[in-house]
Amino acid sequence: MTDQGIGARVLRKEDKRFITGKGKYTDDIVQPNQAYAAFVRSPHAHANVKSIDTSAAEAMEGVEAVLNGHQLTGDGIGNIICGWGITSKDGSPMNMGAWSALATDKVRYVGDAVAVVIADSKAQAQAAAEAVMVEYEVLPAVSNVLDAMKDGAPQIHENAPGNQIFDWEIGNKDDTDAALASAHHTTTMDITNNRLSPNPMEPRSAVATFDESEDHYTLYTTSQNPHVARLVLSAFYNVAPEHKLRVIAPDVGGGFGAKIYIYPEEIVCLWASMKTNRSVKWTSTRSEAFLTDAHGRDHVSTATMGFDADNNIVGFKVNTKANLGGYMSLFSSSVPTYLYATLLSGQYNIANVYCDVQTYYTNTVPVDAYRGAGRPEAAYLIERMIETAARELGVDPGELRRQNFVREFPHQTPVIMAYDSGDFAGNLDQAKAAADVAGFPARKEEAARRGKLRGLGYSNYIEACGIAPSAAVGSLGAGVGLWESAEVRVNPVGTIEILTGSHSHGQGHETTFAQLVSERFDLPTDNIQIVHGDTDKVQFGMGTYGSRSGAVGMSAISKALDKVEAKVKKIAAHVLEASEDDIVIEGGEVKVKGTDKAMGWHEVGLSAYTAHNLPEGMEPGLKEGAFYDPTNFTFPAGCYICEVEVDPQTGVTEIVQFTASDDFGTIINPMIVEGQVHGGIAQGIGQAMLEHAVYDDDGQLLSGSYMDYCMPRADDVPSYTVSHHSTTCPGNPLGMKGCGEAGAIGSPPAVINAITDAIGNNNLSMPATPSRVWAALQQVSAAQAAE
Amino acid sequence: MTKVTMTVNGKARSAEVPDNTLLVDYIRENLRLTGTHVGCDTSQCGACVVHVNGQAVKACTMLAASAEGAEVTTIEGVAAGKDDLHPMQVAFKDNHGLQCGFCTPGMIMTATDMVSRYKEAGKTLDEKAIREELEGNICRCTGYHNIVKAIADGASKMA
Repeated sequence: MTDQGIGARVLRKEDKRFITGKGKYTDDIVQPNQAYAAFVRSPHAHANVKSIDTSAAEAMEGVEAVLNGHQLTGDGIGNIICGWGITSKDGSPMNMGAWSALATDKVRYVGDAVAVVIADSKAQAQAAAEAVMVEYEVLPAVSNVLDAMKDGAPQIHENAPGNQIFDWEIGNKDDTDAALASAHHTTTMDITNNRLSPNPMEPRSAVATFDESEDHYTLYTTSQNPHVARLVLSAFYNVAPEHKLRVIAPDVGGGFGAKIYIYPEEIVCLWASMKTNRSVKWTSTRSEAFLTDAHGRDHVSTATMGFDADNNIVGFKVNTKANLGGYMSLFSSSVPTYLYATLLSGQYNIANVYCDVQTYYTNTVPVDAYRGAGRPEAAYLIERMIETAARELGVDPGELRRQNFVREFPHQTPVIMAYDSGDFAGNLDQAKAAADVAGFPARKEEAARRGKLRGLGYSNYIEACGIAPSAAVGSLGAGVGLWESAEVRVNPVGTIEILTGSHSHGQGHETTFAQLVSERFDLPTDNIQIVHGDTDKVQFGMGTYGSRSGAVGMSAISKALDKVEAKVKKIAAHVLEASEDDIVIEGGEVKVKGTDKAMGWHEVGLSAYTAHNLPEGMEPGLKEGAFYDPTNFTFPAGCYICEVEVDPQTGVTEIVQFTASDDFGTIINPMIVEGQVHGGIAQGIGQAMLEHAVYDDDGQLLSGSYMDYCMPRADDVPSYTVSHHSTTCPGNPLGMKGCGEAGAIGSPPAVINAITDAIGNNNLSMPATPSRVWAALQQVSAAQAAE
Repeated sequence: MTKVTMTVNGKARSAEVPDNTLLVDYIRENLRLTGTHVGCDTSQCGACVVHVNGQAVKACTMLAASAEGAEVTTIEGVAAGKDDLHPMQVAFKDNHGLQCGFCTPGMIMTATDMVSRYKEAGKTLDEKAIREELEGNICRCTGYHNIVKAIADGASKMA
């Protein structure tokens, strides 16, 4: 068999162009007669737009046009929508406020665009944008969710009284209340999940071209899901009908959720291209990215976990207030609801779980899915709670978890999810052994001799990937189906093209998807090309997010390969005069088992296309497609153990050891999977210790550059010890669960559990910066002094 | 407008550019060498690192005019020949030191510079040193683990 199949550490096919500087990202695209867009953005968080004077800008050199929101809406461009409808407790629909790609009468966050300048050069466009005079009537602003819900808070959208978008619940309140009331021990905590800026290294970019002769648009854009972009641009924003709009997402430099959504700038570039009859290009600066890329997290929660006298969890009750920003972004409503509260049973067998969630508008950039999307918030709550409970109960935190693990599958939780597989104790044991937990007391003692406080923290996360099946998510409010499509084209010379609706922006699909084919047909991956990211090439697809490309995208490919395999065997059986059941495919040949009769793989391809000798009634050609709709979510899970050393003089924390044991089901390429875990853990460490998107009370973004927003750098993070202990996912043909987000989901609670263990103070929020850790240490000293 | 003349990847290049043209924009827009990337606007991310007269420089911190007469090397010019790869490029591939690829050219340019400097100074480039030397390069995908491994590997292969 080929050594490039499932489970092989195949080096990436895509790397050659990236290491040589030949990657083709959207900003690298140049169209003939290209103009540049620069946006005029509100400097105020909340204001009425009184007037816009474009005369000075229009007179400047190189300026093609200055366009505003009234022109945009006047041309019938539709409002930006949230694609997942949530129903409140009282049965009312969510209060979605209008969001025009260019604000018309009111701006709702700093960076909200009110006009666009189209000019011959980037510099000319930027200079003219500065010259557009906008008169604002500044309104009081609110940036914090707890302030937005107060009586008398500034009203951001007319149709959202009290700024509330919805008030939603899941689980059984009465049963959970009763369980907690009769609990032997309860642990209650107020937990904040800090607001983050996703920061893919490639800023967003768009190049739009209107072809008047065909009434056709082409958009190059930094998208994780070009087909979804085309659908939304057509069906909701009325930019162009789908058959007159081609969306291409070429090489995309990271996404992490931020590039799922269709932003105002892409809509405006398309529209402006039509208005000016020129290609229009816009590339975000990093400053614009901080202001306008959808942020992540920003939850404020109160939670109570109850235990019986034997330390079994009997109930878990959570209230969460979520900040959704100034407008509802595409999937914003699903993040603090179905992607979050459905995971609140964690890895544990809990009979009673209840969560209610209130979401609010604030004068901040919209908040939506960011790597993990709801699941990091759930994991952080549960894993902080159970670690704290273990401390209060005086029991080992690992053993308290073990005792409460779900052990039998399938397991129906009280919050929708039916876990299909897992071995949580196996992951715990593997991580404990790799982290040498038994040796921790000695290491702590040794660290103490050096004047350092050493701590250890666990996190046993579970998440849900490959959101599906489509009918189920539809019944929960999703506006789209969440299947995936694939097409397998075997060319006459036997080379293979795989067209997929998944999109790779760092995940290495060109390699792993080829490995799947290599495994099936025993062909070298060099003979296999993955085609993605272009709506003219791939008919439809739902794109890449939620760690879905393995479990859903590759399952679709697998299904299409089934059909190709069947046809190949039919052709070979006919030509070789054998039974289909005796045909085997190996070593580049299609053979009759137990004989020396064989055809070259390429000969089968050629036979299919020459059609000189095909079975009676068979259509020529060798091309098959499939749509795959999963039967259930998948449930990656694992155990992370973090060990830190804190300098009590400065509060500076060093992660000295980080150990992961993950259950991702079938792994196609361990090298790539480990890389995904490394990156996810770094983002989780970033959230736990460094990153915080901060607005002041007036809605000004204080963390608007890499000088103020602390991205993890190489010397902020350790080397990681990553291992796998997997159970096969029964829900898809490959047994895959997904690995893209796990690191970011599992790591923050492990880090904070470790730091709070080290400093002996549980009162610590993310990001645990040196100043916060130092302050928490001072609380401990003050308390000790008072005793 | 200013006339700038410099050698880029071994070729003499010359152009009239607005006075305030940054070196990175000259490289990307005028020379169409798009392997040098722009990831921020505060000289923090390092996606635009090139070599100017043998030293790693963030091409966004320098005017094209300031590189007058200089020898500039970009990611497109680090390998010995057209079909060759620099050992550091090979090391990034071999160690899975990249995912989306956007920060990669800057990482490789920083890496080759740090290896040369340490070699010249006779200093050891261990993991701690590599991590500290990467202060000016941000990667959001890899968590740095494999970048650090790649640089150590590349260093051992750079003669």
